[in-house]
Amino acid sequence: MRQNWWKILTILLLLYTLTAGLLMDVPRLPILNETIRALYFHVTMWFGMILLLTISVYFSIKYLRSNDLKHDDMAIEFAGAAILYGVLGIVTGMLWAKFTWGDYWSGDPKQNAAAIGILMYFAYLILRNSLTDSQQRARIGAIYNIFAFAAFIPLIFVLPRLTDSLHPGNGGNPGFNAYDLDSKLRMVFYPAIIGWTLLGGWIATVRVRMRRMERTIEDRMINS
Amino acid sequence: MLKEISVLIQKELTLEWRQKFALNGILLYVVSAVFITYLSVGAKQGNISSPTWNALYWIIILFSAVNAVAKSFVQEHQGRQLYYYMIASPEAIILSKIIYNTGLTLLLALLGYGVFSVILGNPVHDQGLFLLNLILGAMGFSASLTMVSGIASKAGNNATLMAILSFPVIIPILLMAIRISKNAMDGLDWSVSADKLISLLAINAIVAAAAYILFPFLWRS
Repeated sequence: MRQNWWKILTILLLLYTLTAGLLMDVPRLPILNETIRALYFHVTMWFGMILLLTISVYFSIKYLRSNDLKHDDMAIEFAGAAILYGVLGIVTGMLWAKFTWGDYWSGDPKQNAAAIGILMYFAYLILRNSLTDSQQRARIGAIYNIFAFAAFIPLIFVLPRLTDSLHPGNGGNPGFNAYDLDSKLRMVFYPAIIGWTLLGGWIATVRVRMRRMERTIEDRMINS
Repeated sequence: MLKEISVLIQKELTLEWRQKFALNGILLYVVSAVFITYLSVGAKQGNISSPTWNALYWIIILFSAVNAVAKSFVQEHQGRQLYYYMIASPEAIILSKIIYNTGLTLLLALLGYGVFSVILGNPVHDQGLFLLNLILGAMGFSASLTMVSGIASKAGNNATLMAILSFPVIIPILLMAIRISKNAMDGLDWSVSADKLISLLAINAIVAAAAYILFPFLWRS
């Protein structure tokens, strides 16, 4: 029970996000209208993705320092959860963009950067699968994971800020900060970030346990 | 350390000089790629708009650089790599390879620039800025590609892996370089491009630092 408090917290936070996010009053802004609720389901995906990737990189570094495969399990599964969030982020973003900007894809710098980031991590998965030896796979995967993260951060934080983006808050578009993010939206937004990130961590840890069990079973089969 | 690096760079140069076909091959690659582009867009001299010129130029440089740098860990066989492993520090090896590949990429970029100017016309107004940008771009390309080629060489070194691993990593550098070179083509004042030059330099520094820190782990395996 003591170890499971955060799972209960996740469920409560997400229930709160779903109900409050869909039912609570939101500020009326031109163009955005009701789609401002995407803040709870789309923007939070990116926050969750970046947090999960940071955790993944942390475990990759730990792996390189210790050569212990259990850190590598964590690194790959957290990266996997982050990729899931990245894909969901792109899909929800495209849906939202269809109703606000008129197109699924409008070549917005943030959209492009997100797509490139996803490509980077798909490449990470392919690189891992192309290696057969598990120690080698873990080591080279960890190296690329850290390297890709170092390139990913300027991609999403620096480059989109240099050009005008269609995203709210950029290039003269109405932003959230300028209006009501301080009060009503924040009351759901922050819990939503925590909730989604915890859910990602939950998915990752379940998969890590599966991975470790599979390895134990394999070892037992080899040794018996 | 510095002496080690300079010796290693000399080694790369001698090696390249002994295997001239590889160098000549990549030079010919640039020229033919430019020529194919020229025929495909069907442009008479000066007919092509400058954004297109810019995009085509950088794409060709990107592909030639990927091909040129991809071989940096392949051309020497395992036994010799083991020998380097014993006599040189991994930091010196990655730095020497990055510096050498910077030179190589720069050579390709200049050659490509020359051929482009001859057959597609030269719309660049600010040569100084354009060249500075080429140098910075070559540095960034070579830092990221050298590291990625090291990774790909550990994974059986197939060309697909090299491409899919390097393209996303290189995009931030490529985008900055394309923007600066657009400014150089339009002959805008240097102050307009200053912040972009600094960001390009910063991205290069991040990538090079990451390569410098991570390479010893790769080399050890």
